[in-house]
Order: sequence, then C-alpha cells, then structure tokens
Amino acid sequence: MSWLRWILLALVFGGLGLFAWQLTQPKDEFVHSAMIGEPIPAFELPPAVADRPGLASRDLADGRPKLLNVFASWCVPCAAEAPQLARLEASGANIVAVAIRDRPEDVARFLAQYGNPFSRIGKDDISAVQLSIGSSGVPETFVIDGRGVIRYQHIGDIRDGDVAVLLEELRKAGA
Amino acid sequence: MMFTDRHPGESRDPVRPARARGRSPVRHEVPAFAGMTGLVLLLAVSLFAAWLPAAAQDSLPPAPYAYQQLEDPALEAEAQELMQTLRCLKCQSQSIADSDAPMAGDMRHQVRTRIAAGEDPEAVRAWLVERYGDYVSYKPTVSATTWPLFAVPAVLVLLALVVLRRRLRRAR
Repeated sequence: MSWLRWILLALVFGGLGLFAWQLTQPKDEFVHSAMIGEPIPAFELPPAVADRPGLASRDLADGRPKLLNVFASWCVPCAAEAPQLARLEASGANIVAVAIRDRPEDVARFLAQYGNPFSRIGKDDISAVQLSIGSSGVPETFVIDGRGVIRYQHIGDIRDGDVAVLLEELRKAGA
Repeated sequence: MMFTDRHPGESRDPVRPARARGRSPVRHEVPAFAGMTGLVLLLAVSLFAAWLPAAAQDSLPPAPYAYQQLEDPALEAEAQELMQTLRCLKCQSQSIADSDAPMAGDMRHQVRTRIAAGEDPEAVRAWLVERYGDYVSYKPTVSATTWPLFAVPAVLVLLALVVLRRRLRRAR
C-alpha cells in the first residue's frame, strides 16, 4: 500500500511543480500563422492609394521574393516601424502592402508623413486577405518567395534587430 | 499584446449587439464613490477613455455581415453556434460572437457569408484552423498535444478504482 501512496504524492507534487513552473513562464500572446510553407491564397485587392497599384496574389508569384507588410494608418506601431521598412527597402527588399480597414485619404496622409516604401498597396476593408493568411493583427510582415509561398511571419512592429532577420529570410527565400 | 490597438469595449461602431452594450469598460468600472467630485472625476476619466482609442481605431463601418444576421434563420442559427466556439484573435478570451473588435466583426462576416454560400460549419472551422492553428477554435479536439487532457482523468479514475477495491477488500 505504501508504494501507491508515494506514487500519488509524487504525482500531486509533480503536478503542483508543473503548475508553478508554467506560471512563471512568460505567455506567448501571439497567434502565429499556420500558413508558413503554404502558397498564398488567391486574392485581388484594389489600390489603397492613387499613386500605387493594388495587390493580387499573382503579383506575389512573379519569381521575385517579397516582403508583404500588413498595416493600417490607424495603427500606432505601424508608424514606429516606418524607419525599419525604409531601411529594408534601401537594402533592396521589394515590399508590398495590404492596408487593413483604412480610408484612402488616411493611407495617403500616413504615407506622406512616415514615408512610402511600398511598390503596391492593396485595400482590404474587411480583413479578408489578413484572415486568409493567418495574420491576427497589425503590423505583421510576411516573407513570400518567388513562387508565392509564405516563408516567414514577423508579428508586431519591425525593430532594429529584426531588419537583418528579415533580410536573411528574404535571402533564404531566394532573393 | 503589443500590437493591440483595439479593444472590444472601445468600439465606436454605432450598431452593437445588445449584450455587448452593457460591457463597455467605462460603464462597468464605475467607482463606488459618490458626490460631485466623484462625478466630475468619473466624467473626466470617461472622456479620456473615449478619446484615447479614437486615435488607434479604424474609421470604416463594420463588414456587411458583422452585425447583420443571415436572412435564413436556420443558417443564422448554424452561424451563431459556430461563432460561439471561435476565438477572437484580438481579445483572446472571448468568442467572435461576444467581441466587438473590428477583426471579430470581419471574422463573423467570413463565417456568415461562407455558411450562406452553403459551406458546412465544420468546414468553416477547418478553414480558420488551417490558418491560425487549433487555438482559434474553442471546440476540444484530441490531438498530439491535447491527448493528456483526456487521458489523465481516465487514468485518475482507474487509479481511484484500484485504491477503492484494495481498501474494500481489506475492510472485509
């Protein structure tokens, strides 16, 4: 009988220890896209501003890897990542964008203020493309290879250290 | 979440479900103090709270089927049942049926239009799980990571039965 008691005791304290350990672990609040390695779903978005064309899935399968930035003019961290996007563009990255739930005049004002590193900007008023690629917020940046396959997802604003990571992911995607 | 700009209670959408209306954080967190000073303070806080999200909130109207029910009551019931068991990605402890986040509205639009187009509710769930993983669904499933949740209670019941049998046998 005593061995059973010891096993039970070990189970209980093992469980408590597991709970205590898990409670001290920082929680990953991000919902990561499950679409990494999958081809980007077909879509076609009208232009979000007058001076850039819209964005369609076939533009992402033109042989050249790209960064796909999901942003909005009403999103504060999107303004914070503008210098890093400018550096990525200066380093040769081709960046296309999807503007989420945004008005053309607001997007234009945002880009005039923070710079426009995008070669194309699609207008997504009901987050349809965002939902189709497993993005759960703004800003997010995806690496898409030349065949239109999603290779990498960066969640949140791009910080200084993330620029090199994204360039490396672009290189791995065949840039 | 670092990139969260929106919050269910902060929605400025004019059309909101009745049950969500009572959930506004301003109304819920009414402090217990009374009197004029309290009232003025409360008003100031409410005004500030109302102004703050306005700077980080999109100004587009909700998606067509975010707050609009489907014309066919049977399909709407199917959509409702599904929406109750899908996680809002902005406010991760709420379902998309409960949340006023614009993204939850956009997800409800997807659910309703897909179901109206004849898709099976479980196919719509699978479409979202394919994009966001199991986390987006509240419906429990047995998988490589969740099987202990189902196995542990069964093991504990078995263990309890063994202990009980031994004790009963000894008592006899």
